[in-house]
Parts: sequence; C-alpha cells; structure tokens
Amino acid sequence: MTSATPRQQAPVPGKPQPPPQGVRPKPAPPGGAPVRVTGAQSLVRSLEAVGCEVVFGIPGGTILPAYDPLLDSTKVRHVLVRHEQGAGHAATGYAQATGKVGVCMATSGPGATNLVTPLADANMDSVPVVAITGQQSRSLIGTDAFQEADICGITMPVTKHNVLVTDPAEIPRAIAEAFHLASTGRPGPVLVDIPKDVLQEMTTFSWPPELRLPGYRPTTRPHGKQVREAAKLIARARRPVLYVGGGVIKAGASAELLELAELTNIPVVTTLMARGAFPDSHRQHLGMPGMHGSVAAVAAMQRADLLVALGARFDDRVTGQLSSFAPDAAVVHADIDPAEISKNRRADVPIVGDCKEIIGELIDAVRAERQAEADQPDLGPWWQQVDQWRQTFPLGYDWPADGTLSPQYVIERIGKLVGPEAIYTAGVGQHQMWAAQFISYEHPGTWINSGGLGTMGFAVPAAMGAKAGRPDRQVWAIDGDGCFQMTNQELATCAIEGLPIKVAVINNGNLGMVRQWQTLFYEERYSNTDLGTHKHRIPDFKLLAEALGCAGLRCESRESVDETIRAAMEINDRPVVIDFVVGKDAQVWPMVAAGAGNDQIMAARGIRPLFEEDDV
Amino acid sequence: MSRHTLSVLVEDKPGVLARVAGLFSRRGFNIESLAVGRTEHPDISRMTIVVSVEELPLEQVTKQLNKLVNIIKIVELEPAAAVQRQLLLVKVRADATVRSQVLETVQLFRAKVVDVSPEAVTIEATGTSDKLDALLRMLEPYGLREIVQSGMVAIGRGARSITATAVR
Repeated sequence: MTSATPRQQAPVPGKPQPPPQGVRPKPAPPGGAPVRVTGAQSLVRSLEAVGCEVVFGIPGGTILPAYDPLLDSTKVRHVLVRHEQGAGHAATGYAQATGKVGVCMATSGPGATNLVTPLADANMDSVPVVAITGQQSRSLIGTDAFQEADICGITMPVTKHNVLVTDPAEIPRAIAEAFHLASTGRPGPVLVDIPKDVLQEMTTFSWPPELRLPGYRPTTRPHGKQVREAAKLIARARRPVLYVGGGVIKAGASAELLELAELTNIPVVTTLMARGAFPDSHRQHLGMPGMHGSVAAVAAMQRADLLVALGARFDDRVTGQLSSFAPDAAVVHADIDPAEISKNRRADVPIVGDCKEIIGELIDAVRAERQAEADQPDLGPWWQQVDQWRQTFPLGYDWPADGTLSPQYVIERIGKLVGPEAIYTAGVGQHQMWAAQFISYEHPGTWINSGGLGTMGFAVPAAMGAKAGRPDRQVWAIDGDGCFQMTNQELATCAIEGLPIKVAVINNGNLGMVRQWQTLFYEERYSNTDLGTHKHRIPDFKLLAEALGCAGLRCESRESVDETIRAAMEINDRPVVIDFVVGKDAQVWPMVAAGAGNDQIMAARGIRPLFEEDDV
Repeated sequence: MSRHTLSVLVEDKPGVLARVAGLFSRRGFNIESLAVGRTEHPDISRMTIVVSVEELPLEQVTKQLNKLVNIIKIVELEPAAAVQRQLLLVKVRADATVRSQVLETVQLFRAKVVDVSPEAVTIEATGTSDKLDALLRMLEPYGLREIVQSGMVAIGRGARSITATAVR
C-alpha cells in the first residue's frame, strides 16, 4: 500500500454500487468548509488552490503518496523529468518565462540532494521556486534510514527559506507560506519537506490558511525622502548611467524604466540578468556591463559621475576590482533587499523597495525637480563621449583564421532569424556570453540564463520549463557541447511531454571558456578542456538527438547556417537539436580579466581602449 | 575590531539556531558568545549574540540576519544603555594553606562559593566579561582546574521592552 487515496474498485456487474469510498475530493472552493483528506490530498489541493499549474518532478519512495492524488488533479500538470536537477532548472525556466512560481518535486535522499544545484542557482538569481520533497516518516528521521537526507539542513544556505512539515494539518499553511515567500520581496527558492507518514495521515483541509510569518515584512514602498534625494542627484548629474539589474524584470518595471530613461535621456546598461529589461534597439542602450560587457557600457560606468542602480547588486563580474570601479560616481542604489545596499559599494542614496514603485516615484520626483530648477545640465557632451566609445569599439568578432565556422555568427543569425518574440535560454560559458551579446532582446523574460551560480547544463531543462509555461513561444536553448552533455537527457522528457524546444549546440569540441582562460593565462596549456566531440565525434549529437526522440540537424559551414536554422523553425512536432560545429579558437571579447579593474578592459586581444585620451 | 551585542528575537522553531549559526559562519563572521533562552512570549526565543566586527560588516550581518524568515527583530544593545551579564563557574585548587586567600578574592568580586572539597572550591560569579576575566586572572595563580562560562545575556536599561513592539 503506497497510496493514501484508495482507488475505486471495478464495478461488479449486477450488484448495486455502494457509495464510493475514499472518493477523490473535488477541488476545494477557496474559503470552503474544512474537508477530511489525507495529507497527500491536502498537498495537491493546496497546490491547486495556490494556482500551481505545472510540477516538474520524479516520484520515489517517500513522495509516492503525493503522486496518487496528483494523478487525479485536473489543474496541476506533472511533467515527469529524467533527473531532479532537470526538474529544478525547469521550474526556474518556467518561473522566469511566466513570472509565476515554478514548482519541482522529488523524493527524499538522492532525489532531494539532486535539487541542491538548481535551488542554489535559483537563490543566486532570485527566482521564485518552490521545491516539495518527500522525507522519511517521522519515527525514522534521524536514524540514517533508507533514502534519508537532512535536506532542510543541506539547503539552508541556498534557499530563501525551508521547512519540515511535521503535522498534516500544517500542509496548507506550509504551501501557502512557501509560495508567498518565494514570490514576494526578493524572490527566491523555498523548500517544503514532508515526511511520508504526514502525507498518509488523515487531516482536514481548508483554504485559505492563515499565514504566520511574523519575521517577514519586505519593504516595497520606497521612502519618499530618499526618492527625492535621488531625483536631485539625477537632475544635476552630468555623466549619469542607469545601471539596470534583474530586479527590474522581477518587478515587472520595464515600462517604467523606459519612461524614466526617455524622460532623463540617461544612458542605460543592462546586466546579464537584466537583458531584455530595456530594448536593445533603443538609442540609449549601451549594452551589457562587466567582464564581457561592451566597451561603451563599461567605459560609461567607469567615467560616470552618477550610477543609478536599479535592482542590481554590484556583482564582482560587473564591478571588476571594486576599489577602481566607477571611481567618480555617486551611487543611488534601489533594491528590494536592504542587505544588497552598500554590501559591495557604498550607496550615497539608498532606496529600499520594489523597483516598479521606486521607478514610478522617481519619474514624478524627477519631473518635480525639473520644474523647480530652471537650468538642467546638458547631457550633450556625455552622449558625444558615449557615442564615440560606441562607434570606436562596437561589439564584433573576427572569422576564425582556420576557416572554421564562427560561433558568434551562428548565434547572431539565430537571433536575427528567430527574432525577439522568442525565448532564449543558455548554459554557461562562451556561448552564454555570445548569446547575451549577439542576440537582440527587446522584451523582459525572453532571456533566461544562470547568472549568479553559473550552472553548466542549465539551458536544456530551463528551456523545457519555459516552453511548458509559454507553449505559444518559440524557445531556443543556446548551449555548449560541454553543457549539453550534462543535462541533455531532458530532451527525452521534452519529446514525450510535447515540449518542442530548439537546442543550438555551439559545438567547439571544448570547454570553451576554460580553454579561453588557458589560452590567455596558462600559456596555451590545454589541460582537460578537449571533450573529443570534434576529434572522435563522441557523442554524435545528431544521432543522440534522434535517439532522444528529437530531430537532429548538423551545420558545419557558413553557407548552411541560415537554412539549418530555418529548417529547425519548421519542425514543431518534436524538439530539434542542431549540432553547429564551430571553431575552437574563437574568444569572448571584450574582456576584463578576473580581479582587474574595469579600466583594463580589452576590446579585443591586445587592444585596450585608451581612456585617458577620451576623458570628458 | 569592536565588540557588539545583538539581542535577536526569533520564532521558537526547530532549526533557528542552525540558521543563525550557519549564516555567521558562511558569511565569515565570528560569534564570540551566544546565549539562547525563552522570553515572556511562549512562541518567541531570544538569542543574545556578541560579535567582534567593524561598523560596516556589522550592518551587513544585521541585514543578513534580518532576512532569515524566523527572525523577528534585532536590536543592538549599547554597553552604556544595557545591563550585560555572564555566568562563570570555576573550580580552583585551594587546600587549607591558600583557601582563605581564595575566599578573600571571592568576596572582593562579590562571587560565591558553591562547592567545597579538601583540595578545591567551586566558585560562581556573574558580571560582565571584563569582570569575570579579572576574577580569573586573580584566581589563576592558585590553579584553575576547570572553567565553565555561559554566553552573555543583556537587557536594555529603563522601562522600554524590545519584545513589546515585536509582537503584534
């Protein structure tokens, strides 16, 4: 007996049917009277009541009771993945594509520990995810029982919050609180661990439960005085930059951002997590800042007299060496998480709150400031300087000297042919940076990647989750051959579950970013970066794709790039994998070496923009 | 580095101590002393945490602590505006030849003897950590056989209560 919900017996002919026992409960009307259910039924009803539409997961011993009522749910779709890591990243991709909470489910022990990487990933990138894990029965906890792992202890540092439910009556509240915590304030992952016997026990279900979170009071409304201070600095700045982070996308504040930017005519940079928050095609957009940012974006921040950071966190990949980052800039730092403010760079004007509200109030405050003060500083000279950087050092790439296919070209063509309405995901490494650089993002939620944790293997499962959430969109995973070999088993899930994603494997046969560092910093000693995918064609990605129920395509020449992409776009009845065989020596430029100051940015190898001559 | 005393009100839930301790260790902060106990509210416990950090990292550790969902309120208690106490039990070698001198020290520090045997006395003392350190220095020449110290507890002076506003 693994199920707490007995199924109905087959009807016996000729015998009057007794009223069904242990009938499946109908979805509870919100606010309805308490009903008697098992803990597992209470869990599924809670998920339904909280609006969960998709769960990515794999059943196993301790979570089994929950899977029984899940079979009957008409509201919650379960996507059976091939590895729990895939479930976690899929939940993340789903959340980022839809703005809703992503949900994953796993059994105790190894199932739960396989969720650790995606939870850490979602934590770093502030993605609302709820993970539900089975746990050994209460009497067995602490005895090193089969498949027992202290998943609350293990995930404590990598979740926003987690909880072990020890009473079935607490399930509705635990789920409601988990969704509330995950999706409000600074979003993040929350894990709910439920022992098997808690799922099996009888309890009552009523909705909505009362939330009891006395220690959780996120500040969303900004302080008016701080907003006015910020507006004063904005109105007086001669070399301002809007430094836009992922928080703007999380807050759904793109429209407000556009209004603020156009009102003030301030140059905008969007971080790796904020690509799409501001249209790439916009005249004021300078590109991405940071280690592989555009020269214009990096230089503008270095020479700025005011940085207006909106939902950004001064990550080391953006600031480079902190002591030499934006040395002349005053800092307005707006973020929903007070702990981010002045964590790395001291803020002159801290504003705690939701970015949508903050930017909205900033717009009013800037307007008021402008009416009060007649003479505004002229941003003309600043724009002249910025435009000069843009024109002198545009993003670009050289074709490989050995005649091989350029990976940047492939990615650029995908962006051009597939267009800005599609959703793009990426793994981690060179292909990720190129996808951030050479695809134009026009809308929030169209670029999904692993920014903070840098999780290789993110692209395929994240694309799967995004496609489940947005079946109307084309979803393209831009992946590397190294990343792809970490999580490609989820293509089987995609094929079977009807999630026709496209995967562009930018196959350079190597762990490309590591190889690039070996080229630059380790005297071209290529220790363990050649994967052999070129030399031996192991695996053959085309055949692998077909084995996983996908269409497999291969492209090795410049001439066939467009036709291959178009062919992939035509196939919609199953996932498509394209093996783009590209040169191994292409490098990501511009680049600021790790630990170096951003003034040391190299536009290309050996080409350092001479800022001293360009000063405003 | 300066020493700060944080009075932290937490929900009385399993794992809260682990969350707080884990946060300090993973963010690279050292806990000098920690005391956990109940409060006048049945669902709320208090942790009194003493840390040695500069002003800026202290702000960061406080903000990070505040992000823990089970933490309700954090107040830094300034030494001048708070009463701070630590409990010390110390077993001192004291045979008949030195016992009277040991007892004299005990009196000076307004400590008391809670156990006596032919070779040793056990002394109980409360006070700030400075006072207890001074007592230990005085007793050290006789031979300290065993020392047990509690974490520091502290409470603000005056009529105000930090728990009063924390519970709504």
